[in-house]
Amino acid sequence: MTDPMVKETVKGHKRIERNVTLMAVATLITVAIGGLVQITPLFYLDNTIEKVDGMRPYTPLEQAGRDIYIREGCYTCHSQMIRPFRDEVERYGAYSLAAESMFDHPFQWGSKRTGPDLARVGGRYSDSWHVQHLNDPQSVVPQSIMPKYRFLSETDLHIADASAMLNALSTVGVPYTAEDIAQAENDLYGQADPDVDLVDFETRYPKAQVRDYDGDPSRVTEMDALVAYLQMLGTLIDVNSAAAQQELAEETGR
Amino acid sequence: MTDYETLRQFADSYGLLAMAIIFVSLCLWPFRPGSRDRNHYAAHSILEDHEDGE
Amino acid sequence: MESVVGRSGLWFVLIILALAAYVGAQDPGFAAHALIIGIIAFGLMIATLARYDPMAKAQSIFRMPEGPSRYYDDVIRWGVIATVFWGMAGLLAGLVIALQLVFPELNFEPWLNFGRLRPLHTSAVIFAFGGNALLATSFYVVQRTCRTTLAFPGLARFVFWGYQLFIVLAATGYLLGVTQSKEYAEPEWYVDLWLTIVWVAYFAVFVGTIVRRKEPHIYVANWFYLAFIITIAMLHIVNNLSMPVSFLGSRSYSAFAGVQDALTQWWYGHNAVGFFLTAGFLAMMYYFVPKQAERPVYSYRLSIIHFWSLIFLYIWAGPHHLHYTALPDWAQTLGMVFSIMLWMPSWGGMINGLMTLNGAWDKVRTDPIIRMMVLSLAFYGMSTFEGPMMSIKAVNSLSHYTDWTIGHVHSGALGWNGMITFACIYFLVPRLWKRERMYSLRMINWHFWLATLGIVFYAASMWVAGITQGLMWREYDANGYLVNSFIDTVTALKPMYMMRAFGGLLYLAGAAVLTFNVWMTIAGRLRDEAPLYQATYDAEADRPLVPQPAE
Repeated sequence: MTDPMVKETVKGHKRIERNVTLMAVATLITVAIGGLVQITPLFYLDNTIEKVDGMRPYTPLEQAGRDIYIREGCYTCHSQMIRPFRDEVERYGAYSLAAESMFDHPFQWGSKRTGPDLARVGGRYSDSWHVQHLNDPQSVVPQSIMPKYRFLSETDLHIADASAMLNALSTVGVPYTAEDIAQAENDLYGQADPDVDLVDFETRYPKAQVRDYDGDPSRVTEMDALVAYLQMLGTLIDVNSAAAQQELAEETGR
Repeated sequence: MTDYETLRQFADSYGLLAMAIIFVSLCLWPFRPGSRDRNHYAAHSILEDHEDGE
Repeated sequence: MESVVGRSGLWFVLIILALAAYVGAQDPGFAAHALIIGIIAFGLMIATLARYDPMAKAQSIFRMPEGPSRYYDDVIRWGVIATVFWGMAGLLAGLVIALQLVFPELNFEPWLNFGRLRPLHTSAVIFAFGGNALLATSFYVVQRTCRTTLAFPGLARFVFWGYQLFIVLAATGYLLGVTQSKEYAEPEWYVDLWLTIVWVAYFAVFVGTIVRRKEPHIYVANWFYLAFIITIAMLHIVNNLSMPVSFLGSRSYSAFAGVQDALTQWWYGHNAVGFFLTAGFLAMMYYFVPKQAERPVYSYRLSIIHFWSLIFLYIWAGPHHLHYTALPDWAQTLGMVFSIMLWMPSWGGMINGLMTLNGAWDKVRTDPIIRMMVLSLAFYGMSTFEGPMMSIKAVNSLSHYTDWTIGHVHSGALGWNGMITFACIYFLVPRLWKRERMYSLRMINWHFWLATLGIVFYAASMWVAGITQGLMWREYDANGYLVNSFIDTVTALKPMYMMRAFGGLLYLAGAAVLTFNVWMTIAGRLRDEAPLYQATYDAEADRPLVPQPAE
């Protein structure tokens, strides 16, 4: 490196091979290009996310259920992304639109289907089916290889600060209103507890389902939250409406 | 034209051509005759110290 | 004395901070992590006050050579030990979750359910086993090729122990349910921040060593290590951008949502494969294969092309994980095209590694370490052919969401990453502990065959499982109805899952043989065994035939 005889003749790729700063910068530029070209346009191109009616942020209870879904690693076996193939559409429902995960921080599309897709599982089964299935999957589907989640029914739902949860989400771009954030605590438990008075809940969260989910109205458990989340999956947009069908028809290549 | 169409058109024509030319010339670069000795030296450099400094 | 007071004071402050975090913690996961850090700091404070040096004790347990050596190798020895330890842990976790898929009774809720153990397995093998192998070999290679000692030995020790802390926090977090669900980037925000600090220190040590090199040329292995360090930093920071709910809680929400989040994640995920498991391990190939074969790399010029084209092309391939999803079509096509192009530099590199043995192919027969390297390169070639093929949208429509992907990953991970790492461990241990050779060469041979057979069982069963699953999902009867319910496909895969677990068991058994072999080598033992390959020589028979007169 300090040899002057060597230094004189250093040029071209030779220079990179002898200068670690140059090498590091050239490497960084080379590896940055691909990501910049692919990811940046997704934030700017209008046709990335179709405009569909009906999407709204998750209610605090649904979001809490979603966090439990993530905590338990459900995504390691269940996808939430129906591809536009005949068999998938017949098996799971209309194929997933980008707009349907626009409030998903993080996304839950998944990469493996050890179990079935859950993108439109909402409303397909009763609450009690879900509770029994989560408590003991083999009692409902004998050949199932899914683990048991009995502890969810036994654990009270505990969110340290529901407003902070919505606040963090609103910081990263989920359009919660000031009232949503103020009411978060009340909304969280009220959605699973019919005795609690909710304020404008259904106007703020259209199509939200208010009821006791886990069959135990005396308390709000983690099971309530998870089932509330599962029961709303894929229910927000009406895929059979004329407008939605129009959107789908205009899409090409998928 | 939308942004998407502009970008797409560039990427499908001159962008692609430019990238192909740059790629091929960069691939040929190390094979120019002048670099033979240097590469020979570099390849052998790790084999000189047989004791690995133990 | 003052330094003792100063250091123990530092640990004391850390204990207080950890206790405060424990008391104010918003969730049990964060509290447990605060407790872990508090306990570690407490142990170190007591050790400092008692003037007890746990490192000296540990170094003597592992028989680390004392006295000055030409290179700074202590941290590399620790890295090798950590690689072996985490390798066993990660493979064992893999075997457990493989068995859980056959026998669901093996799920013990809540901490040992599949969903929590699966990230434990992936992180343990990729980041703990693979990461420690990369740390150890990069510190070894950069010193040798630069002909200089490590730039900042203290910082290098921090990198190693800081990285172990990252692993412990990540692993315990998964079991406690602390995860942000981004595959291979599951640790939460505070663990991510810690890893960023460790990584910057790693970069400083590596580049610092290159800067003070005595050799004008930067050897190609170092380019690959450098690209691995820089790119992982970029990917890690961007993909983990998130908003914590509370600074005393573990939960955070990704800065991106939906389709943007998906592409950012798979840009990260695919290049964790591309730069952690490929570029870094290619660096090992470019140093250790020529060293073990005692021949220079086949074509140094090819390695230049290999390097630049590989790092340029790899980064574009992420969208092939999102074929036929709600990701815009142009991005999917771009991902597919670059994935297919990626086949070329991958095979260029494989050929470069294999052809290094040109003229020394007999060593494949006589040297079990070379044989391991050749097998790892063969698997590298196989999985880098399979990968581009699976990224073709038509193929992907069948293979995606199935076990074919799992099979593909494992032929790369067990075949390529595992085997080249084992070969490097066998290369390094005798040199680092100043032993004549490994305890037993025959055991390396056993390891080779156990691992090879294990991979065959694993990959073959997963290919069959994946294609079965994909075909069963889309099977229609004559009346146009779907033939199989989902649970039918689960039942159909059971025998394949069983075979996969058996393959995993064989691979784990091979790694156990390695562990024993390494342990005995460190203990200074040499197994008394017949040489692996030696043409027999009988002096009696070595004579001209002389006609014997009849009696």
